[in-house]
Amino acid sequence: MSRDNILHRIRTAIGRSAGQAVADPPPVRLHIPEADMESRIASMIVRIEALAGKAYRADTGKNACATVAAAIAGKTAVASNAPYLAECGITALPGVRSGITDRDELRQVCAAADIGITSADYALADTGSLVMLSSPQEARLVSLLPPAHIAVVPRERILTGLDELFTVLPNPAIQTSSMVLITGPSRTADIEQILVRGVHGPGQITVIMV
Amino acid sequence: MSAEFDQKIHTTLADANLQLAIYTATGRLKEKRVESVAPGILPDYQELRTQANAIKQHSIENLDHYLEEFERNVEARRGKVVYCKDATEVADFVLGLAKERRARLVVKSKSMTTEEVDLNERLEHHGLESVETDLGEYILQLAHERPYHIVAPALHKTRYDVAEIFTRTLHVPNEIVIEKQTAIARRVLREKFLAADIGISGANFLVADSGAVVIVENEGNARLTTTAPKIHIAVAGIEKVIPRAQDLATFLKLLARSATGQLLSVYTSFLAGPRRPGEIDGPDEFYVVLLDNGRTKLLPDRTKRQSLYCIRCGACLNTCPVYRKIGGHSFPWVYSGPIGAIITPQFMGVAHEPSLPFASSLCGACGEVCPVKIDIPKILLELRSDVKKSETREKQNRIEKLAFRAFAFLMTHPRLYELAGRMGAAMAPSDGGSWIRNLPAPMNIGPVRAWLSQRDLPPPPAKSFREMWRRR
Ligand code: SF4
Repeated sequence: MSRDNILHRIRTAIGRSAGQAVADPPPVRLHIPEADMESRIASMIVRIEALAGKAYRADTGKNACATVAAAIAGKTAVASNAPYLAECGITALPGVRSGITDRDELRQVCAAADIGITSADYALADTGSLVMLSSPQEARLVSLLPPAHIAVVPRERILTGLDELFTVLPNPAIQTSSMVLITGPSRTADIEQILVRGVHGPGQITVIMV
Repeated sequence: MSAEFDQKIHTTLADANLQLAIYTATGRLKEKRVESVAPGILPDYQELRTQANAIKQHSIENLDHYLEEFERNVEARRGKVVYCKDATEVADFVLGLAKERRARLVVKSKSMTTEEVDLNERLEHHGLESVETDLGEYILQLAHERPYHIVAPALHKTRYDVAEIFTRTLHVPNEIVIEKQTAIARRVLREKFLAADIGISGANFLVADSGAVVIVENEGNARLTTTAPKIHIAVAGIEKVIPRAQDLATFLKLLARSATGQLLSVYTSFLAGPRRPGEIDGPDEFYVVLLDNGRTKLLPDRTKRQSLYCIRCGACLNTCPVYRKIGGHSFPWVYSGPIGAIITPQFMGVAHEPSLPFASSLCGACGEVCPVKIDIPKILLELRSDVKKSETREKQNRIEKLAFRAFAFLMTHPRLYELAGRMGAAMAPSDGGSWIRNLPAPMNIGPVRAWLSQRDLPPPPAKSFREMWRRR
């Protein structure tokens, strides 16, 4: 069997024996900078706009809902099952499908919808990223198949950056089978280095911070 | 130098459009990298490189331990780990699984490791359709070519090439607007994603303490590949394992910056096993193929094993004056540039293309930009000495040695040397300003010719130095 062969070859080459103890790896390097909420939000906006995304502040869930409603403007949308979206009243907006729990149905709806609406588990201020953990509340395809993605995020979920994320979630595999960091709209520069957005994932991204 | 290597270099150098394309693309990537790691933006860049290097060193020094830990954690989350020693084993595994599950269509996201084992060709040979979904890789698959660059696989193709490839293979109307070409690919590939039975991805990192595969990308095709089909297979080299999820904070800050100058790639996926109870989508089956394919051969030597630290960012290619002239397809295997020059000889044996470790000016630029601090120049030097030692090389060079001996003979016999020199002068172009390519007979042999084939000699003067000296 190749498994034992390969492991044996490795051990012979590096001079270890099976099950031999390992010295501690270099200490983890995580530095969380001080940054108040105002500066985190400001950084989110700068970063998202630099990537040609849209970023808005909303004072209340109700305001966020109004922004989403304006963006939908007659188009079709699918919303994730995140309770926060329902709380804001977004799932009740006309044209919005929500509450889907069947994989095949979700696929069909997402493939046909103009807009996917989600919340996010976290956001990263210094890169303008959304952090999405797959769960019964957040399916993966809602932020992936439709040509536009809107995320509504309560501001207390905005972290400073990667170092804080991996401090809060030292091992994301405990929570979920899939954690995705989304930093701007889908893009490619594969033909002549010309930037084109929306090649496979959404070409438009809007983040509303409440 | 093999005739093929030699010829490909010449073709590349002679193609002015291609030269411009390589130069601009690598130049742009290079500049963006520099901006994104500038002290004002990433003050702890050097500390991060040191940390990344230390983690890689530790992981490789304890590789068996971390692979076993990774395997335990994948299996604890209902995934499976499959060790494969070579290309045949990878293909056999995928084909076996496809047969059991009655799969017909495979979608693939970008993976240098699967390029290494020609996975598409092997699957298609057995009647399994396998579609590349990264835009650049898709274009190349349609054109039957291999990637030109680790990060920008189709950098040698223009919009006109793409238009020709699309009309010929997809039977779509001629389209030269890049946005519209991208839209065509999106439409065709979207159908493939939704119909595919299996998704095959690569992996940028394997996280031991989580049993997770980490994939970074910009297009979203890797997310689709790992989400839409019911089966996900990640194919990764054994060297990709790192101890902890927390180490990702270090590597993710370096990878996208070094590759394209982005702070983070658009999508970073951290995938740990099949979907869990209650999760609405995601694959039902999750496999990780751990590939050796020659990697264990790099382990015994402490210097050379550093080659396995590589995170495939491509920064060394963009900064390398040699790559920027000779391009990606001159290199004999899927990996090109400085990293190709150090890993190809070690994977394939130095005799495969003995001149490869010499395809570098040892300017050191590659080592300086490498985010994991691989001492590429030092490894090149070691490989050069391996080449010298290699017996095969000795045999190949018998003729060259003869030529060197003849040269030495000339040097030690002044009258003969003078005669040869005068023959050269007599053959030099009369305007004296042009550079010679057609060399006089004594210079057209063995090592001299090979050496000259990449360089130009100034024309020999009408009078040799020795002659002038005598006439004074
Ligand atoms: S050798 Fe270093 S610079 Fe070159 S691709 Fe690998 S990680 Fe990047």
